[in-house]
Amino acid sequence: MSLQVFLLLAAALFCVGVYGALSQQSIVMLMMGLELMFNGITVAASAFWAYVGPGSPSDQVVVVVAVVAMAVEMAVGFAVTTAIFRARDVDMTDMAADLKQ
Amino acid sequence: MVVETAPLWAVLVAPALLTALAGVGTWADRLVEARAAGAASRPEAVLTGMVSDAARLLVAQRRATLAPDRLMWRLGVVVVPVAAVLAVVVVPFGRWAVDDLGVGVVWFNAMEILTWAALWAAGWGPNSFWSLIGGYRMVVQGLAYELPHMFALIGVATAAGSLQVGTIVAHQRHLWFAVWMPLGFVAYLLSVLGFSFTKPFDQPAGADLSGGVLVEAAGADRLVIAAGRWLLLAAGAAMAVPLFLGGGLGPGLPAWAWSTLKSLAVLGVLVAARHRMPTIRLQRWVPVAWLVLIPLTIVQVLVAALVVLAR
Amino acid sequence: MDAVVFWALAAGATVLAVAVFVVDSMARATFALLGSFLLAAGEIILLGLAYLGVVIVVMMIMEMVIMAVFMVMYMMNPAGLMPMSMVHNQRGALVIAGGVFAALAAGIFLIPWPTQGTHSSGADATFDLGKVLMGPHMLTMMLLGITLFATMIVTVSLAAARGRYDRLGDDLEGGSRQ
Repeated sequence: MSLQVFLLLAAALFCVGVYGALSQQSIVMLMMGLELMFNGITVAASAFWAYVGPGSPSDQVVVVVAVVAMAVEMAVGFAVTTAIFRARDVDMTDMAADLKQ
Repeated sequence: MVVETAPLWAVLVAPALLTALAGVGTWADRLVEARAAGAASRPEAVLTGMVSDAARLLVAQRRATLAPDRLMWRLGVVVVPVAAVLAVVVVPFGRWAVDDLGVGVVWFNAMEILTWAALWAAGWGPNSFWSLIGGYRMVVQGLAYELPHMFALIGVATAAGSLQVGTIVAHQRHLWFAVWMPLGFVAYLLSVLGFSFTKPFDQPAGADLSGGVLVEAAGADRLVIAAGRWLLLAAGAAMAVPLFLGGGLGPGLPAWAWSTLKSLAVLGVLVAARHRMPTIRLQRWVPVAWLVLIPLTIVQVLVAALVVLAR
Repeated sequence: MDAVVFWALAAGATVLAVAVFVVDSMARATFALLGSFLLAAGEIILLGLAYLGVVIVVMMIMEMVIMAVFMVMYMMNPAGLMPMSMVHNQRGALVIAGGVFAALAAGIFLIPWPTQGTHSSGADATFDLGKVLMGPHMLTMMLLGITLFATMIVTVSLAAARGRYDRLGDDLEGGSRQ
């Protein structure tokens, strides 16, 4: 067991998340991809805490920030989805593309 | 050390003790019910009635519904008792806990939250309207009781300066936390009734939904989920003892006897509450929880913090 | 022993992560994501961060149960009884994700990490975190707090169709409704 295998797991989770965030049409599924990316980040930060500069509490702070970011991302994501859905019955990213105009 | 980690075989003893406590709770509950109904209420008759009911459920057939999500359904049903047993890992029985984790309080909290997911899945699984509504109600109920519950736990952890249950017990050598943190204690007891979806918070399995999450649970499913409900109530009662009532500390009797007596007393209070109070509708309970209980428990944490600073 | 636990948790977490985008049922997808988080939290506990691991368990169960509610609310086919494809640019996404993974893996194995052995005393980790959050990282903590507070206000005002006057009616004393 070493830093590398933990980071490899983190990278795997992160990349599954990247795939989901890029490929999913539904906003809620896209957010699940984002959550998985954060999941990878928490594992990586914990591995750094354990192996690189062992025991430095700053690495733990990264995990806390990532967990908070997940909560905020989900809450705001659902609020925006609800607002868009209420305004025009849309819950897919492609259909909301005209928002950028 | 007031509490120490027991040898490995305690893994087998703890679920048995929890089951016994839940059994006593069920028995007392049925006894009160029978007395109120004016039916045959000899204690041993109630006990045999309990055993025969369980045996009947065990051999009865499960219900089949159209296009159920079997995986989620079974998972949800099974996790209810499993969460109770896992929660009790950190609860000391006298001097021994299965594992006195350094983060025991957070562990208990995590296992208790498992019931949200479990009940939602159990409500979703059968593809049945009433049971799904019951599952949703559990989420609402969870959001109502959870923050007061957490603040009650935070108050205790702040006062003891530790998340470890053993240290929390040791800090109550002179004065129980229930004495000077009564708000936290009451909020905790209410949340125990909440996470075991027991009256007055039995809306997820409410009679107005003809049983809610229980409506499609028949046979062994019903037995597991009903037993899980009582196991959760018993686990909550058992955890109240080390958190607020000084655990196994007390004069004269050995620690395990104090733990047992206090657990039974808390369980008795909860069973009495179950019989004395009517079901509270969630529309009425959520505003109370958010507008009254959360501020009060935050003040309670503040008091605990000030006491710790002054000490 | 640790290695066995690690690989079991890692395999489970990855498989469940993939399952999120494979299964048809939205309820199952959400619970697969929850499972992936719980197993990853197991890895974090394995690394010696018991507090953060259990906190992630707490957070993720709550988050995913709420997420399940929204998934069922917004997806056309929540139970997966009529499978349909809801993806765009799948090949591109696969290529990009695979490329990112290859790059990360290459980096992981090529970079000479300054490892200084393992840190094993997990008992102090929780205390360290508290000290640093209430000390040098106080600013981080305060920012997180303000961010969460702002999030609550923003999400409610974005998502609520009715204002406070709707709830209680014209007379703010209530009584006119419900």
